[in-house]
Parts: sequence; C-alpha cells; structure tokens
Amino acid sequence: MTVSPDLDRRFRDAAASEGLLDVGFDVVDSPIGALLVAATDRGLARIFFDPEPEHHLERLARSFGPRVLRSAPSVDSVRRQLDEYFEGRRDAFELDVDLRGAAPFARQVLDELARVPYGQTTTYGTLAGRVGAPRAARAVGTVMNRNPIPIVLPCHRVVGANGSLTGYGGGLDVKEKLLRLEGALL
Amino acid sequence: MEAVAAIPPFERFYVEHGDVVLGFLRKRLGRQAAEDAFQETFLRALRAYDRLEHGEHLRAWVLTIAARLVIDTGRRARPVAHELPELPVEDGRPAYAQIEHLAGDLPPTERAALVLRYAYDLSYADIADALGSSPEAARQAASSGVRRLRNERTHDRLA
Repeated sequence: MTVSPDLDRRFRDAAASEGLLDVGFDVVDSPIGALLVAATDRGLARIFFDPEPEHHLERLARSFGPRVLRSAPSVDSVRRQLDEYFEGRRDAFELDVDLRGAAPFARQVLDELARVPYGQTTTYGTLAGRVGAPRAARAVGTVMNRNPIPIVLPCHRVVGANGSLTGYGGGLDVKEKLLRLEGALL
Repeated sequence: MEAVAAIPPFERFYVEHGDVVLGFLRKRLGRQAAEDAFQETFLRALRAYDRLEHGEHLRAWVLTIAARLVIDTGRRARPVAHELPELPVEDGRPAYAQIEHLAGDLPPTERAALVLRYAYDLSYADIADALGSSPEAARQAASSGVRRLRNERTHDRLA
C-alpha cells in the first residue's frame, strides 16, 4: 500500500467524524487478548474474541449496511471503558448498545443480563425466571452463547445451577479470568 | 440471468483501490494536493456507497469520482468531442450515474473509457492506468464507445 499510515488514518478519522459509517470497528487490546469492537450510531454493536477483521466484514455489512470501516474514533468510548474495567477501576459500563436484529426473547434476556451486577453470578434458570419463562434455562443458554456484546453484556456472570462455569464463547479460561477480576471467584 | 457482483464492505473496497486512486491523483495533481483529493474522493465514494446497486466496475467508478475532483481542484477539462452533450454536474451524485445517463447500455469498459476521455479529458495513458489496460486498448474502447453511441442515435432518429 503506497497510502501512508498518516493519510490512511486521516481518511478513516474523517469518515467516522462525518458520521458516514453504518458501522465502525477497531481492534482493542486487553488482558484477555485482542478484541474486535464494532459500533454504530446507535451504540456498541459487537465484541468479537476473534480480532481478525477479515472474518467479520461481510457479517457486519449484512447486519448494519455496507459502509463498514475500521476507524479508531468509532470505538473510543468503548475502548476507554474496557481499559478501565480491566484495570479494576470500573464496575459498570455506561454505553448505549445496538441490539437490532436480536429476536424479542433474546433482547429480553440480554436486557435482564445487563442487570446482573459486577462481581456476582447468577444461573441460566434464574435468568429464565426473570424474563417470565422459568423453564427456558436452555433457551437462555443459547442466547448467552450468541451474545453479540460479551463482557459489556456480562454473560460470563451466568453459571450452571451446580456452580460449574459450563461454557463461554471466549473459552472457559477467559470466563474464569473475568470472574476472578471481578472477585466473584477466589 | 447473469450473476451480479455483490457490493463489498467499504473497508475491502477502500483497501483494494486506495493505491490506484492515490497514484492517479498524484500524477494529475502532485503529491501534496493529491493527499487532500484522496481523502475527498473516498469520502464522496462513502456518501454514495449505500446507493450503489451492484459491485461491478468499482475501480472505474471511484476513478471517475477522483477525475471529477481533479477538475474541481482547478484543472479545467476541455471537452474534445463537440458532438457529445455536456455532462450534467450535480454535487453528491455518484459520478457513475453520469456515465449511465450519457451512455446507457454501452459495455462498462467502453463507457468508462469514453467518459474519462471526453468528460474528464484524461490522456489514454491515464485511462489505461485507471482501467488496468494499455493505452491502445483504452483508445479503442473509447472510440468503439463513441461509434456505438452514434449508431444508437441514428437508430433512434430512424425509429
């Protein structure tokens, strides 16, 4: 590429600041590995544990529109809050989220999930009960499994009825790390 | 039915054509002015991007936007073919739309070559750069486009 890094950055910054993007994304470093973070004008839309943009461009375009571009300013506030969270200086995120495309049930579950406090755990069954479907623990598990915004929507705080960690999109070791960071595991 | 190329995510479009656009602008404007024009070219492309109907010939499309900017930057084009109508100039409209308007059903390469030559006054060497062909092929594409246009008009008058 003969386009200099500086020129490249200037274009990407301008595209974001003029509000021309359907979705902007960037890679954010964290103690649990690099994350790909994507945001729209409505708010934070995706966090992927796989930070390779090539793996996500088409899917982002299908979900939000073709104007997909990597641009640091698009995710500045998310990056800052994630940094603070991982440094133990933040126990709640103050971010709008864009959950368009989520089915009504999934949205209900994710809304409830967002209320599970820092440093505490709950179970799939409890969460199911809170959305008025006490026998839908398995369906809640599926929603957790497809959580578009892990960490910020804290599916790592949801464990099995017997206290086992069960599963996690980023790997069980990451789930354990996050719960330790929050002091929920000793 | 022919398969139509899907519109790629903008990131991929930008990475794929960025170098060619910058090279083209440097030749026309020099290094410094080319950088400003580069940013503006892709911002214009971005503004029009969600109105594209398919992902065909995106390089020719973005180069016509760049060529428009070269003119806007102050290098006035001198229309060469007086028999062809002036192109309408409307800001914010994809440059490709001007080609469609003028040349209707011409094959894409002829259409692009013709517009770059007559509307933007590019040399055949520059058009060859833009379309990834040789100057001779660019000249042939433009002239066969003109021939085809003339024939179509004659038919229209007779019909």
